[in-house]
Amino acid sequence: MKPAAFDYLRAEHLDEALEVLREDGSDARIIAGGQSLMAMLNMRLAKPRTLIDIMRLQDLARIERKGSTITIGAGVRQAALLAWPDLAASLPLVALALPWTGHVQTRSRGTVCGSIAHADPSAELPLVLQALGGEVHLRNAKKRRRVAAKDFFAGMMATTRADDELIEAVSLSVTGKRCAFREVARRHGDFAIVACAAVATDSGVRLAVGGVADMPATRDLPRIAGSALDDALNAFAYELDARDDVHATARYRRDLVRMIGRDLVREVLQ
Amino acid sequence: MTRLQAGRRHDVRFTLNGKACAGEAEPRLLLTDFLRHKVGMTGTHVGCEHGVCGACTVDIDGQPARACLTLAVQIDGCEIRTVEGLAPGPGRLGVLQAAFKRNHALQCGFCTAGILMSLDTFLRAHPQADEESIRDLLSGHLCRCTGYAPIVRAALEAAAELSDQNREKTDA
Repeated sequence: MKPAAFDYLRAEHLDEALEVLREDGSDARIIAGGQSLMAMLNMRLAKPRTLIDIMRLQDLARIERKGSTITIGAGVRQAALLAWPDLAASLPLVALALPWTGHVQTRSRGTVCGSIAHADPSAELPLVLQALGGEVHLRNAKKRRRVAAKDFFAGMMATTRADDELIEAVSLSVTGKRCAFREVARRHGDFAIVACAAVATDSGVRLAVGGVADMPATRDLPRIAGSALDDALNAFAYELDARDDVHATARYRRDLVRMIGRDLVREVLQ
Repeated sequence: MTRLQAGRRHDVRFTLNGKACAGEAEPRLLLTDFLRHKVGMTGTHVGCEHGVCGACTVDIDGQPARACLTLAVQIDGCEIRTVEGLAPGPGRLGVLQAAFKRNHALQCGFCTAGILMSLDTFLRAHPQADEESIRDLLSGHLCRCTGYAPIVRAALEAAAELSDQNREKTDA
């Protein structure tokens, strides 16, 4: 339960971090708040040769609003976003979901982009990014690119980030649309057994589900109710390919998707 | 850029419970082990070592944080407070510690140091804390003895006492 040895680099400029990533690729890992990565290091599920700390880069610790787009830098801690005065008005779904991300004691150090980079299938922030159709801003030593949430997550703790890239920021659009969030876990702040987010769309509602499939999944539903809604939710629940594990059975997870899904869709379409 | 090489010890300078402190740490050394083995402060406990149990919670720059999910080299230049900093003097207890004692809010005591540090940082920022917010805070800690009820009671008592103290100060 102790990390394997690594070199620790404290970056003072982003270029330095990018250069090391270019040279070392998958042997190097970025550490920001470390609230996911440190557990992986302690359990030796990750054994990087080099750890690059980006938390002294002030430029990354910003939440910026340009028009209707909010950009959250890689150094923004979850607690800082939660304390951002505009959060509830600008990103109400994030305001609902973020208190479920870990605990006070981990949100104090954990970053928004770090949770998205880690891509745990039951994590709230990847789920919210999917539900809101956000973008991940990736950068390597040569170029920047933006990837839509739906193209970023690639499986259980897997993403389409290349080994020489880091997440510079994530961005979300401000919408005045209704939204709802609910989660079931054994203890508040633990990994979700099932987490659901719903956002109103022009034609109905988008439902996003975490904790069931190997990455957050979304389904756009028209304005339906009653048995049509039940059937659609049932089909979605089965398509998520739930598995039995020590926390819950596949059947229980499908039940939660149907029940929470129905409540959230009703709440948003009201 | 500063590169701290694996397998070598590097200076870490920080403030511990209000006093300047320094020690040597390899990059892979956790803050828990650094505090216990290098600094000799064994009040911070080591439980699960992956951020779940909360026994190792300390105050880093005014925020409660898991020492087991923090590297010693990351806290260079930070202000750290540990359970050793809570008592006002030898043989005396702080307000929160005294409330824990009165309410039997600990039995084996393994989780206590972490819970005290979470509550201490939280009550400093939120002296009017209610039961719901205290329970939410405690969700980041595992206690297998008390069933949490006496801990909540102690925290509420301490909160009341601390906000009374604040009031006297502002009235004076």
